Amino acid sequence: MRILLVEDDAVLADGIRAGLTLAGLTVDAVARCADADAALADTRFDAVVLDLMLPDGSGLDVLAAMRARQDATPVLLLTALDETADRVRGLDCGADDYLGKPFDLDELAARLRALSRRSGGRAEPLLRHGGLALDPSSLAASLDDVPVPLSRREFAVLSMLMERPGVIRARSELEERLYGWQEEVESNTVEVYVHNLRAKLGRGLIETVRGVGYRLRAP
Amino acid sequence: MSSLRRRLFLILLTATGLIWLSAVAWIGLVSRSELEHVLDTRLQEAARMVHSLVMAGDGAAAAFPETEPALAGSYERQLSCQVWSFDGRLIARSSGAPASEMASDREGFADREVNGETWRVYTIVDAQKGIRVVVGDRVGLRDRLVLDLIAGLAVPAVLVLPLLGLLIWWSLGQGLRPLRRVAADIAARDGEDMRPVTPEGAPSEIRPLIGALDGLFAKVEAARRHERDITAFAAHELRTPLAGLKTQAQVALAAPDDGTRQQALKQILLSVDRTSRLVRQLLALARLDSGSPGRIEEVRIGDALREVVDAMPHRSDVAVDIDPALDDALRALDREALQLLLRNLHENAVQHAREGGRVRWSLAGDGRSLIVEDDGPGIADDEMELVRQRFYRGKGARVSAGTGLGLSISDQSAARLGAKLHLGNRADARGLRVEIRFPPGPPGHG
Repeated sequence: MRILLVEDDAVLADGIRAGLTLAGLTVDAVARCADADAALADTRFDAVVLDLMLPDGSGLDVLAAMRARQDATPVLLLTALDETADRVRGLDCGADDYLGKPFDLDELAARLRALSRRSGGRAEPLLRHGGLALDPSSLAASLDDVPVPLSRREFAVLSMLMERPGVIRARSELEERLYGWQEEVESNTVEVYVHNLRAKLGRGLIETVRGVGYRLRAP
Repeated sequence: MSSLRRRLFLILLTATGLIWLSAVAWIGLVSRSELEHVLDTRLQEAARMVHSLVMAGDGAAAAFPETEPALAGSYERQLSCQVWSFDGRLIARSSGAPASEMASDREGFADREVNGETWRVYTIVDAQKGIRVVVGDRVGLRDRLVLDLIAGLAVPAVLVLPLLGLLIWWSLGQGLRPLRRVAADIAARDGEDMRPVTPEGAPSEIRPLIGALDGLFAKVEAARRHERDITAFAAHELRTPLAGLKTQAQVALAAPDDGTRQQALKQILLSVDRTSRLVRQLLALARLDSGSPGRIEEVRIGDALREVVDAMPHRSDVAVDIDPALDDALRALDREALQLLLRNLHENAVQHAREGGRVRWSLAGDGRSLIVEDDGPGIADDEMELVRQRFYRGKGARVSAGTGLGLSISDQSAARLGAKLHLGNRADARGLRVEIRFPPGPPGHG
């Protein structure tokens, strides 16, 4: 999952980025409304964590602009204002969820997973494909109830494929959602992860569609 | 406790009493002179009457046979009459008249002392008949007459006075009822109720008081709203760094590697420093808001500035220049407010100075202006006034560089010193120029 974090407090932004990365998410952080608009126009994110009080305006403006251009990316508002009226206004503006500062990092991660699950139309927290099960909350994978140790990136690639089984995912698309801007994309890494996954879970699981990308083979 | 009702009651009662007393005195005086006149005329009349009855040469002592003495204390037989011959014989006297001589040698009215009593007498001397006719009455009786008259007036008045007092007391209570109503209205309020007191039906005398109360209520309400705003802002501003601290602490706890943990701990230290600065500034603002002025003393500006600069953890890459002329600048002012002002302006300047930049403090305008310049990005013209507001951070400022309180505190400290703060971008180079203009007046000797 790739998240856009819009927060102007450097310490908090750094903490959220580090914490969500540990939870298996890819985080891009910006501090201004203008940067958020640019990032949203340029990249597809799975969810946006949006602070309300930003140096060059209100997070609600960013949100309103997103919804106005039919961008349905789930948005979670972060704010230090705790008046009910503020929450109502935020939600009515098109936000999907709301967290008051200070918050619990685990709760933030859980809410983001819930948002992603809901936007993907899934009811079950676990991702399943035949005998394969992924738990996004603990980054644990199992095949026929036998735990399979996966690295963070391997888990991310596999969960992206499992979110929409049968749909071909382009390599660039996988790469985009795997790496934040600050991270350098090494060439052929997606191939390396797919190779590792095939080694751990069996060769027949991930199918290469030559020249297009990858998809999960029906179980 | 002084009571308006008791005070008015005493005033009214005393005034009424005084008026009554003067009325009694006046009536006493007037009726006395009237009485004297009437009684004197009667004396004269009686003397003439007796005189006309006495025949010439008639020396008969039987003309007025002695009768029993006058009943003491009654107004009857007030008049006494004596007829004397020129050779000093008492020819006749009325009953009750003293035997000793009442007459004087002169004709007309006289006051005479007879047997220890004062008499008012009228004498007719008739040389032809060789007699003197004297008619008199006792002055004591006249006095009693006047006293009885006054008593007749005063007794009912004294009896009515308590009744009048009660009436006044009750009327005052009625008259002061609007005041009590307003008082009850205010007393019934809770501490939150700052609505204006309704002047409906309030008498014009207490309107000024109600107006003053309403003014005070409005001021208290404004002060409280201001305080609430500040508290809400402060809560908001403190929550973000708290959220940062909590998040970083959780990262440090969950970090699988030392690098991540070290980074999180460093961020925590950074955040604690910044938060404590924020708290310090909030306290400074609260102190400034509370408005209690500090002690005025002679301060050498240069010394105060060096103290502030030395006490501050500064960026090692930023050079600080202090004009030597500042060491000669002496001013009598509130030292605490000055230090607050200098610290916040210096902090602001150092924070915004460019890397390897310079902050310069200098004196200008005949030593009346203190100037600080940095070489940072400056402030956009449309934000020049906004930056003085609390918690406003310039759009051009580095992300979360400051608390947004520094210039607001500076502004208020300057006001406390009677000085004005002028913000502007430097004309000679990039950067902000803040001028503290002190009021004209003796800059102190030095």
